[in-house]
Amino acid sequence: MNVEHASARLIDEYARGDTDLAADQVWALEAHLEGCRLCRDRLSAAVTAEAPTLAALTEAVWSDLEHQLATAVPAPPRRLRSRLSAWTTPAMTPWLAMVLAVTLLALLLDLAGPGSGQVSLLLLLAPVLPVCGVAASWSRGLDPAYELTAATPRAGLQLVLRRTASVIAVVIPPLLAGGWATGVTAAQWLLPCLAFTSMTLALGGVIGVTRAAVALVAAWAAVVLAPTLATSRTAFALQVEGLPVWGLILALGVGVVIARRGAYAALGAHR
Amino acid sequence: MNLLNPREKRKRTMPVVSRADIAPTTYAWEIRATGLQVRVGRNRMAVDGLDLSLGTGVHGLLGPNGAGKTTLIRALATVLRPAGGELELLGESAGGPGEHRAVRRRIGYLPQEFGYYKRFTVREFVEYMAWLKEMPTADIPAAVQRAVERVGLADRADERMKALSGGMLRRAGIAQAIVNDPPILLLDEPTAGLDPAQRLRFRELLQELGTDACVVVSTHLVEDVAAACTDVVLLAEGRLVFQGTPDELAAAGGPEHVGDSPLERGYSALLADPVRTRGAW
Repeated sequence: MNVEHASARLIDEYARGDTDLAADQVWALEAHLEGCRLCRDRLSAAVTAEAPTLAALTEAVWSDLEHQLATAVPAPPRRLRSRLSAWTTPAMTPWLAMVLAVTLLALLLDLAGPGSGQVSLLLLLAPVLPVCGVAASWSRGLDPAYELTAATPRAGLQLVLRRTASVIAVVIPPLLAGGWATGVTAAQWLLPCLAFTSMTLALGGVIGVTRAAVALVAAWAAVVLAPTLATSRTAFALQVEGLPVWGLILALGVGVVIARRGAYAALGAHR
Repeated sequence: MNLLNPREKRKRTMPVVSRADIAPTTYAWEIRATGLQVRVGRNRMAVDGLDLSLGTGVHGLLGPNGAGKTTLIRALATVLRPAGGELELLGESAGGPGEHRAVRRRIGYLPQEFGYYKRFTVREFVEYMAWLKEMPTADIPAAVQRAVERVGLADRADERMKALSGGMLRRAGIAQAIVNDPPILLLDEPTAGLDPAQRLRFRELLQELGTDACVVVSTHLVEDVAAACTDVVLLAEGRLVFQGTPDELAAAGGPEHVGDSPLERGYSALLADPVRTRGAW
């Protein structure tokens, strides 16, 4: 960039303000002054030398302002809550707490003894636990700021994924601990868990995340939970042989979400 | 023009005038709708074939309950997708599918029943909304302070939302709407819950905002329109009944029409026919 500075004559005339500077000169000078520290310093020197009345006035304004600036309180630093709000909303907190409580309960029942045959309750519940949290993160009825959020540019896949990630970040650690305590392989619940979450999002793009979550939880209860509890045998879906199927579902869900990423901005998707 | 008269600079952090600031607008109207239809529920058209062009200024959206005011504002906020017709916001089509991110960044929206998180302070709430509006992180603290000052909540900025009165909440809602200096500002019943003094102050703010933005204010208070609006848009059953200045609205009414003020008489004159035939009160 050219480092040409304004001439002393131009700055003096601008400081005096009484001469007829052409409008385009004033415009160019002001644009230059905004970006040039050196010329601003020269201008303030010129004001003191050339226009004493003006200098007195700016002095007066400054002395008035200094009194106010001294009493001004700096804005408090951003607290943890505002940083967290990029990932989770306060509306999700009770749901996350509930999910944690259910996990702990399942873990306790598992540890207390084989209540329902040889089936681990933790294994049965793990896939659907994050789904509840994801649903809560996008529910119109549960999130009071829903309408405000829906009109903002960030409402869309990115925000959905942020909130989903925060749900998973809360759910996975206790499940890991529980899995370790009861001797269930991590992949055995982690894959179904992620597959269900991805399916919730994929289906959510079509019928709304909350509805998708309800449908998937109901399907889970009917297809896996009920038969397992009735026969006291781990359903095929939860055995190690079922893992490739879950991997396939996970890939399918992620694929659909990526393909339909534009769908998450519209309100219908979150209903 | 000189040091005595420093112009108010919106973007203090920017050293020079940016290209975006001096770029000419490429649209004639901030909001332009042609044959706009918006469906509410399964089969009710709350906005049905609306033609509307709104430019800079304060536009008062008037109409009886159920006229489609809120639905129209939600469609303008891109929360509802139009079922038919065309909608252009800031020269860009906003009717079709897609994220409308660029348009949404330049819209301020205050819903009629605006929800908030009770544990947030006013500042945190407005900051959060500024973040959702994808404002540059460096600009957020200053913009939030400015918005909070403009609605007169500077001294309560660090109080929790749940500790505020109804009028203050409404003002916090207005602060989040104006935090990104939007060229389109949509306010749905913003004066509900404000006391008379606050309402006067709010009208001043509206006039100030309307000098360089397109402000759409839905209201059922005719006196709000008289005091603050440059333009009146009258809706009934999802259609445009009248658009003009408040004076033209007043001129539409005669002494035989119901109402306490010229504006109210004009309002009832223009709405008389559809309301009477349906036997509503």
